[in-house]
Amino acid sequence: MCRKGKIVKLIIATIKPFKLEDVREALTLVGVRGMMVSEIKGFGSQSGHTEIYRGAEYAVNFVPKAKLEIVVPDAMADQVVEAIAKTARTAKIGDGKIFVLDVESAVRVRTGETDDDAL
Amino acid sequence: MKLMKYFPLVALLTLPSTGFAQEIADTTPQMADIGYILTTFMFLVTGVLVFWMAAGFTMLEAGLVRQKNTTMQLMKNMALFSMASIMYYLVGYNLMYPGDGWSVSGVLGAFLPTTLEPVGLADTETDLTYASVGADFFFQLMFCAATASIVSGTLAERIKLVPFLIFTLVLTSLIYPIQASWKWGGGFLAPGDGSVTDFLDFAGSTVVHSTGGWAALAGALILGPRLGKYKDGRTNAMPGANLPLATLGTFILWMGWFGFNGGSQLYMDTAGNVADISRIMANTNLAAAGGAVAALIMTQILYKKPDLTMVLNGALAGLVSITAEPLTPGLGVATLIGGIGGVIVVFAVPMLDRLKIDDVVGAIPVHLFCGIWGTLAVVLTNPDATIGAQIKGIVVVGVFVFGVSLVLWMILKAVMGIRVSEEDEMRGLDIAELGMEAYPEFVQG
Repeated sequence: MCRKGKIVKLIIATIKPFKLEDVREALTLVGVRGMMVSEIKGFGSQSGHTEIYRGAEYAVNFVPKAKLEIVVPDAMADQVVEAIAKTARTAKIGDGKIFVLDVESAVRVRTGETDDDAL
Repeated sequence: MKLMKYFPLVALLTLPSTGFAQEIADTTPQMADIGYILTTFMFLVTGVLVFWMAAGFTMLEAGLVRQKNTTMQLMKNMALFSMASIMYYLVGYNLMYPGDGWSVSGVLGAFLPTTLEPVGLADTETDLTYASVGADFFFQLMFCAATASIVSGTLAERIKLVPFLIFTLVLTSLIYPIQASWKWGGGFLAPGDGSVTDFLDFAGSTVVHSTGGWAALAGALILGPRLGKYKDGRTNAMPGANLPLATLGTFILWMGWFGFNGGSQLYMDTAGNVADISRIMANTNLAAAGGAVAALIMTQILYKKPDLTMVLNGALAGLVSITAEPLTPGLGVATLIGGIGGVIVVFAVPMLDRLKIDDVVGAIPVHLFCGIWGTLAVVLTNPDATIGAQIKGIVVVGVFVFGVSLVLWMILKAVMGIRVSEEDEMRGLDIAELGMEAYPEFVQG
């Protein structure tokens, strides 16, 4: 059995865009040194609505969100999830979701270090 | 007070300069020249303002199309303006203002390129009661180019570049100058001795705006709507990619219109004339304001939220509406005339959609419908206008421009096709026709 895969986790989180700065700060306090952020659109139970453009109705099905992808050692994963969940919560629908995945391997491009050393 | 400090200089300049005669040539303009100088100068300034409307149209269109079609709009506008300039020089100006050289009197002007007066007006007997040929040509050229740009907005996002430019070539060299000659060139629509009508169109609600609108309508009918625009009985919105540009474009057009209407006074040689120009500019501004506010209120009422793109159209609608008669109305009436234009576009835009006529920027409601309204509205404030003459002018120009444009679009469609392929329309004209994105997302380096 390859235990190496469980040493590194990928955490994918979707949050409301205005929460991004607060979450980033909270994660820095937890010890996260890097993350990837993308602007996405999506929907969950927060359904869309219709708007009118020049007299024609159109459905706005997708809502803007921020997606974070953070790769951390296994030991840190739970803290990261908790930090995101606590900071991003507004208690209204559309707060987002967090997923934790196993990472098969990781490499630092500059030095060639792998797995834990790559983080 | 402050003026006193200039007294010695003024005295020096106006006192007989016997002692200076040998050293400084007297370059004081002759009284007869002064009107000519001022009017010529006025045309140059207002001509530059109308030129600036090209930037306005370009930005408006660039902002109202989707991102993937932006470069194409920019290209079309650069090209059409340049082509209009060249065609107006080669044939348009003399076709429009043949003077005594009509090919068919009152109907078809002269087929000659433009020649300006010689440098320094050397050895010429210049008619000093008007302006230089250069200024007149320069000013009128801008109107020709403005007409061409109206068509570009309606047909955006699915037309091929080359057939569009060919249409522009014919529009600016023949269609526009010929119909304009009938009214402004002293042809059969012009008022005066032996005239058939007293059709009044101060700055071109019919001659420029409706003409562009008819050509656009003809094109829209032959070209067809964008893919996916009308599906299963619904109209699908295709929001523009850059509202700041669209708004900037509208303000630029508004600014240019001061030249468009102001310069159409055609003279700035007397106190009366320059006061009229001030009246015209004030009215023009209020008409735009009336149109914008009307559109704001109407869209708020109809859709519960005001629509910026309709407010932009509303301002332009107001401007087009006042263009036929910006001089005689009072400020209040000018505002109302513009306001009615704003209301017209708010209803006209969805109406075109119900008829499945896809006009990307609302040029047909703004230029054609309000061009007609503006032409009719002349009778409200100008006692020399009659509703019959106005209708006659509208119909004659409409039949000619729409008819010729329709035939031309049909020929172009048959000969070379005017629409890009479905795949290209999906990909976007910027990549398909020009290979150049307007907002490249992944920049190298």
